[in-house]
Amino acid sequence: MRKIISFILLIVIFVGIYFALAQIPYGKNKMNVSKHYISNGLKENGAANIVTSVVLNYRGFDTLGEITILFIGAVGLGMILFGFETKKKDIKPASLILKTGCKFLFPFILLLGIYIFIHGHLTPGGGFQGGAIIASGFLLNYLGCSKKRISEKGINIIESLGGAIFIVIGLLGLFLGDYFLLNFLPKGAVNTLISGGIIPLLYITIGLKVGAELSGIIYKLME
Amino acid sequence: MIFIILLVIIMLVGAIVSCIFEDLLSAVIVAGIVSLIAAILFYFLQAPDVAMAEAAIGAALTTAIFVFAIKKTKRQEENEKDN
Repeated sequence: MRKIISFILLIVIFVGIYFALAQIPYGKNKMNVSKHYISNGLKENGAANIVTSVVLNYRGFDTLGEITILFIGAVGLGMILFGFETKKKDIKPASLILKTGCKFLFPFILLLGIYIFIHGHLTPGGGFQGGAIIASGFLLNYLGCSKKRISEKGINIIESLGGAIFIVIGLLGLFLGDYFLLNFLPKGAVNTLISGGIIPLLYITIGLKVGAELSGIIYKLME
Repeated sequence: MIFIILLVIIMLVGAIVSCIFEDLLSAVIVAGIVSLIAAILFYFLQAPDVAMAEAAIGAALTTAIFVFAIKKTKRQEENEKDN
């Protein structure tokens, strides 16, 4: 009986949502704001990648919220795992091939991550993607050569500095101009490394912060 | 086009199967595969930014973090054996 009632309810909800969504024309652009971003983004921000100019300039405040959420997640994980001890089993040391392979790959993965967040305003990618790639490099390092550890203090310093510099750049915009995260630096020539005003600086801080945070999460879980 | 449809079918099957699996480790790995296919689909939909984030965070880091979490807790079969 209960199953039948829930099935009927499901059908009613499905029909309701279907008729509500059927009235919206599919595939047509109903908003003018996206047209504005596409046609004026390059002129106003000087970043060749329009996604980046939306994420960090038009919607920069939302990005601050995103990195705050990640920070709160890392802090919460640290609180749960504080004083949590597992029985240490004897782990077999990794073979020579695995150790050499991970030593060889680790710097290249770091380089790729740093490249992606420094070139965030020119090519696809940015701070979050680059930070995640750096963290996956540290994951490989932990899994392959388990003796090497990074210092927890260093991770915390990089993370806090990244967040603080982001907010300082935003507040500078507020003091020098009209609003938080104003693009106050000169825009430069499009498609060069030094262009886009504050966008590369912001992506470097986000990349370092996200990389340090995710590496810290992996570090705390592996211990 | 056929390739994309095949990927979507594999992704749907994986999503359903990861909910059904009793073994948590298998479910996490299937969820990682779903993320990987989502990243490929994002690339075909011309969203390379999202594809990179999905591949790095969804497929690699989330799977690793879940595996560590399962390692820290007990797996279901062992729990049942204790009872």
